[in-house]
Amino acid sequence: MSTVLNEVRRGTYLDSVALMRVASAIKSMDGVDECGLMMGTPANRRIMAEAGVLAAEGETAGPGDLVIAIRALDAKVAAAAIAEAGRLLSRPKRASATGSATASPRTLRSAVSALPGANLALISVPGAFAATEAMKAFSAGLNVLLFSDNVSLDDEIALKTEARARGLLMMGPDCGTAIIGGVPLAFANAVTRGDTGIIGASGTGIQEVSSLVSNGGGGISHAIGTGGRDLSRDVGGITTLMALDLLDADPATRQIVLISKPPAPEVARTVLARVARSPKRVVVCFIGAKDLDLPRNAVAAATLEDAANVALGREGISSATPSMRPPIGKLRGLYSGGTLAAEAQLILSRAGLRIASNAPVSGSATMAEAEGRHTILDLGDDAYTIGRPHPMIEPAVRDREIVAALASPDCAVVLLDCVLGYGSHPDPAGHLARLVEARPPGGPRIVASVTGTDADPQPRALQVQRLRAAGIEVSPSNAAATRHALELLSQATPPNRR
Amino acid sequence: MPPEPSDGLPPVGATRLLADGPKVINVGLDSFATELASQDRAVVHVDWVPPAGGDPRIARLLAKLST
Repeated sequence: MSTVLNEVRRGTYLDSVALMRVASAIKSMDGVDECGLMMGTPANRRIMAEAGVLAAEGETAGPGDLVIAIRALDAKVAAAAIAEAGRLLSRPKRASATGSATASPRTLRSAVSALPGANLALISVPGAFAATEAMKAFSAGLNVLLFSDNVSLDDEIALKTEARARGLLMMGPDCGTAIIGGVPLAFANAVTRGDTGIIGASGTGIQEVSSLVSNGGGGISHAIGTGGRDLSRDVGGITTLMALDLLDADPATRQIVLISKPPAPEVARTVLARVARSPKRVVVCFIGAKDLDLPRNAVAAATLEDAANVALGREGISSATPSMRPPIGKLRGLYSGGTLAAEAQLILSRAGLRIASNAPVSGSATMAEAEGRHTILDLGDDAYTIGRPHPMIEPAVRDREIVAALASPDCAVVLLDCVLGYGSHPDPAGHLARLVEARPPGGPRIVASVTGTDADPQPRALQVQRLRAAGIEVSPSNAAATRHALELLSQATPPNRR
Repeated sequence: MPPEPSDGLPPVGATRLLADGPKVINVGLDSFATELASQDRAVVHVDWVPPAGGDPRIARLLAKLST
């Protein structure tokens, strides 16, 4: 009979990533079945109750209180786990990232006083508080990168309108990636500086294109994130249009790559009319869009790989889809990057495969209709990350799906991404390799791409080497991995003859 | 909101951000500040706690009053 033990620390706040790291360490202790370290919001208490770790004390916690919740073999182990969590939480925090040993300021205003010339607020507080903090940043004259998600559409419109009126840039909400003047912000890669500017509605889309351009011998001037809803009818492309103005005027930028899912038609017209006035070449990658009426200075790119190739001056050599025999067995794509999952769907659908996805693009079905189809899952989607870290931070969250796919009798190929860079797990390839190394022989082939560069904190060449040593076939891009998976599907041995 | 045509003029504060490079006030995930500091980038981390005891509605009202 296991024991559930909770400790509530009143008025204590720690960010979700810091808490997940401690929870992960506690969960690995002998005798600990489950562990939750969360702020006591009603939603978090519900998650902990469903996980069977919430005791009566935890139920009394409020949103400003930290709950340490343990389910363990017995009371002694549970108490030891609570004590260890307390020890890890009380480790001294680095007070300031400016190198000084002084305590961190408690407010945005005092932080601005501490950093003369501050010009950007990087905001990643819980969504319910994010708009308030962003508005404070604008009042202090700061541009904003709003990483937080769960920001309402009304708040997004109000924030972007305010930013535009003040001549400030508002990247986000839900902006995962930006590179400004060579500085990677949030989840971004260490890319070479160069003359290609990127405007992107998606984090992994920016990461893939910037890394491919950098690895291909080009470089990035700036990469500006807009947030996934910017080109919706409601938001009207406020950030995208400002970013075009900025990169047009930027002397370091020779050409611009624009990445998004297909915009609302009226917004697409406005954006393309603005593109037509640009003195620079613009590579337009609206993934899944059809029949774009592009101005003369614009080039269409169907995939992220195409966009990078066009930016590198390698027009027309990329995303040709291989002709193939009818596939034998099924492909299971298990992604941490949403736009990489979208790109894979597009390439597979074009090759005539019937795809189902939890994040379907045009031509794919929903998972309710997955029977008989190949599947591409975006495991970074909100439905998979409630109360859990994003798979780019903690690759273990997709272990269960990978193990299930490898054991599935009808699965012939497993397709994976591995996203490197600042913000990501320190060794995603190592984790993946350890997971699949013990698989029995004769199972599905495993194909992966590795998004990143050799200058990343996890050097790409070493990550690729680690995957290959575990028998994973690594392609130079997500699009190339998808095409390779297609080729393997057409050569696959029928699963029942393995 | 109907899309508004851009006047084509770059916004002033944002232009300075691109020209000068980011000097960052980090509000939220501590790891973002740590990674910027590890690259010797200018960053100050705010020791943020949810205002108003974690009630976003009251926090918003308080922020409006203070501005």
